[in-house]
Amino acid sequence: MTDQTAYNFAYLDEQTKRMIRRAILKGLAIPGYQVPFASREMPMPYGWGTGGVQVTAACLVPEDRLKVIDQGADDTTNAVSIRRFFQRTAGVAVTEATAEATVIQTRHRIPETPLTEGQILVYQVPIPEPLRFLEPRETETRKMHELEDYGLMHVKLYEDISRHGQIATAYDYPVKVEGRYVMDPSPIPKFDNPKLGGNAAIQLFGAGREQRIYALPPYTQAISLDFDDYPFTASKADHACDLCGAPDSYLDEVITDDQGSRMFVCSDTDFCASRRAAGHVGPMGAPSAGAAEE
Amino acid sequence: MYVAVKGGEKAIDAAHAWLAEERRGDTSVAELSVAQIRQQLALAVNRVMAEGSLYDPDLAALAIKQARGDLIEAIFLIRAYRTTLPRLGVSTPVETAQMAVCRRISATFKDLPGGQILGPTFDYTHRLLDFKLAAEGDVPAAPTAPASLDAVPHVTAMLNRDGLIQTEAEGNATPPDLTREPMELPTTRPLRLQAITRGDEGFILSMAYSTQRGYGRTHAFVGELRIGTVAVEMDIPELGFSVEIGEVELTECETVNQFKGSKTEPPQFTRGYGLVFGQTERKAIAMSLVDRALRWKELGEDNTGAPAQDEEFVLMHADNIQATGFLEHIKLPHYVDFQAELELVRKLRREALAHGEAAE
Repeated sequence: MTDQTAYNFAYLDEQTKRMIRRAILKGLAIPGYQVPFASREMPMPYGWGTGGVQVTAACLVPEDRLKVIDQGADDTTNAVSIRRFFQRTAGVAVTEATAEATVIQTRHRIPETPLTEGQILVYQVPIPEPLRFLEPRETETRKMHELEDYGLMHVKLYEDISRHGQIATAYDYPVKVEGRYVMDPSPIPKFDNPKLGGNAAIQLFGAGREQRIYALPPYTQAISLDFDDYPFTASKADHACDLCGAPDSYLDEVITDDQGSRMFVCSDTDFCASRRAAGHVGPMGAPSAGAAEE
Repeated sequence: MYVAVKGGEKAIDAAHAWLAEERRGDTSVAELSVAQIRQQLALAVNRVMAEGSLYDPDLAALAIKQARGDLIEAIFLIRAYRTTLPRLGVSTPVETAQMAVCRRISATFKDLPGGQILGPTFDYTHRLLDFKLAAEGDVPAAPTAPASLDAVPHVTAMLNRDGLIQTEAEGNATPPDLTREPMELPTTRPLRLQAITRGDEGFILSMAYSTQRGYGRTHAFVGELRIGTVAVEMDIPELGFSVEIGEVELTECETVNQFKGSKTEPPQFTRGYGLVFGQTERKAIAMSLVDRALRWKELGEDNTGAPAQDEEFVLMHADNIQATGFLEHIKLPHYVDFQAELELVRKLRREALAHGEAAE
């Protein structure tokens, strides 16, 4: 990767992008269905977002403005690395502002700021198969999807309730798409699950190592699995952000000393920074001058 | 006052600079050249070419240098480079029966047409550290003999003349390409062989070893192991005939496996097949054992539930680039999912403790 001119726009050759776009279109046509695609070896390791990177590469056009987040943050090392990759190979504009981005690649979060029509949210997916840890064989799980046989999943959720009094899945919480396919939303916290359904943006999911792409077109129904008497609840730490005071954003817990002190801050760095810039101050936050400086 | 940590970008640059310095090591020691790696660490180069699925000794040597000798990292560099190369065409199948062999042995016949050629092997060396090598590398010239012009036919072809070994179906069908189509299960033998030849040497070795220890035993003999170069030819449509475009070094292993017959097949010997880039005989032998173990269904054998008989298990876990990436990705930040787990465990504990108190 020393000579960027040696590579095509957004790294992948046009044939490969075409193959990926076909998989994306098929995914959009059958929401929640995992489309096998001939995933390529990328210059970053499997498990570090190669599926998301390939989907993003296939979606990008020179006019795009790209945002990359990992754990909700724009400045985590792998987000920095992927953003740089596209700056180098596609030369597209980048942004940290959710509202200004046309394509957002994410790992483990959906931004707090609601997405709008025309935006594409690309998820990095480690294990695309929601049934994988119930049945390790791909040959079996594909059959189960074909037959819409999701009994095993319901038994798992039921066993959770009988053992723990609640469904003991905190992230990677499965959803049912348009009443048909059970889909793995990637390891987002279940706090983010309600944003999957009815979203104005196109949501694309890329699993590189497992060679699967799936999608949620705009305004698609995606319902988190639950029972009538044990309804799904989105949960988060019972605090407000200590920096910006937001009461309703997903929070990271930060250990601040070895005496057990801790604070809670927004995992979505753009959301938190823009709130502080607008004058919101949390219990441990500094006024916005500090926010601009760091 | 807590300030959210920034500076991932600076940290990455600094880490890369440090890495480059560590790679070079003590500058008072002469730098290793790519040519030295290619010449003197040839077996490492071969492994990188085989598992990188790209026959280019110079690039493989460069990758080893860049990877500081971490062969899986070097294989990864080659794979990532390979993806960007255009497909200009497809060669005709190489003729391993026409191989110019530097090593050819059979464990099933004492002597045979073409002869036994030991070649440059570690096999009968005594594994004693050679302290002379630490001081000087000069070696006396090895004795030579004129190259034999005799044909070196495949041992299995000779066995097949008596119908003692199962005949492999001939076919002109274009085999599927693992690197251009997603793997869909169940697979076919050509696809399995592709996956195994680029699979991790250690994994394939252990799978093969497990069959020898009884987990899907196949009673293998090395019918033949040959190492040498073969010509690569390509059909040029404008010319109407094929032209030699180069040659590659290959290791080929065919095992002869005992077979008592099944409902569908008479008693006869069966085969396992291994073909790997470069001089890579451990891998080629292991490959042929794993190939044979995976053929249980086709030969009407019992599935004993052994890992090496399980195509999904073997093929989905053989690739070290997939494996190492997914394994190592757990060092990436997972604060978000961990936070969700933390909340859940706290809640479960709260309820469990409250329950305990209520019971008292």
